[in-house]
Amino acid sequence: MQNFRQLDYLHLDDSLSDEEKMVRDTVRAWVSERYLPIAMEHFENGTFPMNLVPELAELGAFGPTTPPEYGGAGVNNVTAGLIYQEMERGDSGLRSFVSVQGGLVMYPIFAYGSEAQKKRWLPKLATGEAIGCFGLTEPDFGSNPGGMLTVAKKDGKGYVLNGRKMWITNGTVAHVAVVWARLEGKIRGFLVEKGTKGFTAPEQKHKWSLRASITSELVLEDVHVGEDSLLPNGEGLKAPLGCLTQARYGITWGALGAALACFDEGLQYAKQRIVFEKPLANLQIPQQKLANVATQISLGQLMALHLGRLKDDGKLTPAMVSMGKRNNCQIALDTARIIRDLMGANGISLEYQVGRHMCNLESVNTYEGTHDIHTLAIGQELTGLSAFR
Amino acid sequence: MKIVACIKRVPTTEAQAKIAGDGKSLDNAGWQYMASFYDEIAVEQAILTKEKLGGEVTVVTLGPSAASKEVREFLARGADTGVILKDDHPSMRDPRATAKALAAKVKALGAEVVFVGRVATDRDHSAVGAMLATYLGWACVTEAIGLELSAGKGVAKRETEHGVETVEFSLPAVITCNKGLNEPRRASLKGIMAVKSKTIAEEAFENVAAQVTVSKVELPPARKAGRIVGEGAAAVPALIEALRGEARIL
Repeated sequence: MQNFRQLDYLHLDDSLSDEEKMVRDTVRAWVSERYLPIAMEHFENGTFPMNLVPELAELGAFGPTTPPEYGGAGVNNVTAGLIYQEMERGDSGLRSFVSVQGGLVMYPIFAYGSEAQKKRWLPKLATGEAIGCFGLTEPDFGSNPGGMLTVAKKDGKGYVLNGRKMWITNGTVAHVAVVWARLEGKIRGFLVEKGTKGFTAPEQKHKWSLRASITSELVLEDVHVGEDSLLPNGEGLKAPLGCLTQARYGITWGALGAALACFDEGLQYAKQRIVFEKPLANLQIPQQKLANVATQISLGQLMALHLGRLKDDGKLTPAMVSMGKRNNCQIALDTARIIRDLMGANGISLEYQVGRHMCNLESVNTYEGTHDIHTLAIGQELTGLSAFR
Repeated sequence: MKIVACIKRVPTTEAQAKIAGDGKSLDNAGWQYMASFYDEIAVEQAILTKEKLGGEVTVVTLGPSAASKEVREFLARGADTGVILKDDHPSMRDPRATAKALAAKVKALGAEVVFVGRVATDRDHSAVGAMLATYLGWACVTEAIGLELSAGKGVAKRETEHGVETVEFSLPAVITCNKGLNEPRRASLKGIMAVKSKTIAEEAFENVAAQVTVSKVELPPARKAGRIVGEGAAAVPALIEALRGEARIL
């Protein structure tokens, strides 16, 4: 595989600090050396390389914005975004692992947890000693999580949980699950530990997307948890949605990583592949495809960087993140499909990256709010009228 | 223990060599830079030494201000401070001038051990390390593939044509580092975040006149296109004939 050369048509590198670039380049080198050589194998086998978890932790990939007192590196949001971009240049499954650990497990514990919960879990999650998962989606409630059926009932000093969650990244390997359930009519978060009686997390098999990522069902049958498992400081749907805003911000960058990988592979392929006695890249239709894709990626890069700076200034709104997630997933999916087409038959071989990214991006476009749901979120922001309620 | 690692900023392996207009240098337009491969091993050995024996690692380079990128990378991996002996025309220097400048800085820092790469991957002199030791009047071990340091002395392993040699030496010393000595680490995120609390000093140095100057640079002749003599086992006789008759290597 040739060295990755990132598209930077608009010279956005000049807008990054030395520190931001160093983090990106460090993660980039790690992905090239440690992850990409095994990406195809794990995608084909439907496995995640758990042996890399300590290295991911050492890189600082788990909850990079978490303050140092809780085991994080306390980096800014642009730096975190660049980490997600580089992870997803490897594979959407790799970025999903990292996003869930940071945005969906460490974040809710940090934002809604008690001091004891933070002290107990955050340092272990940052070092990868503990793996976490996030249970919101249910078999019959995806885009409408507010309709969830999972319930919690007060029972003496603790709670009893019943229900099912689905499409849960890392569920089977997680030491702790952030489970959202209805308690006295209000949605609340609970920390459920692996091995708790009545709690199982069977793996969901037979996916053709995010194959190098563990996806699970969470089954809760009369699961008794202590009083201290309730996240005390978050209540209502806005609590899990607050986590999703974090993860969606990460996807805004991550999807670009997949797009950049596809573009680079397609560009190099087009320059080397000879058709009609000249390089593919010398023909007009391939050039048009590359020009279109490069323009879309550049727009996506501008959006991600701007959203990151807004987030660092505390000015980012969930509606803005909806636009970023929706737009950059669409760009990435379009890029993967167009480059797959550009590469002809080779585009369907797992020897190349593009087909793997193309399959993965179908999930990325769907999870954390589908393209259509984010369309309605933007519509609501523009009109003040909700089309889904 | 005061430990120094000397590094050189060199063009990346992807840089295309093109002769500049003067015929004596290479056109560096569009080049990207990195630290020389063997210097990464030198810095790693410096950091390992600090971790074992305690002390402080200073990364020293002669080069332009832009070399701060490479120095910062090593600070992120665990070196403590950086020094850039500012030189906007590093290609004008010969190894002696480089060694003299480094020797002055090493003395000023009060170092006890200096690690350098066995060769810089751009000019291939393999000379600075040994010359530096000579100017300092220190022991010199070249091309080390193994090293144990303790108070005042050390034992190193060197690979030679005749086998692996074990050598003993006294400190202070200059060690030139070869592949196999260690596996350079990556910077961690926390290491990168710590860089802003570390300093990189830019300093002037006494640039002695070069005794050796480059008068002409020529690119190696382009390789001739290959020829396919046939396919599979049936091609073997033709291949042997070509290797005997044309290539004359059998």
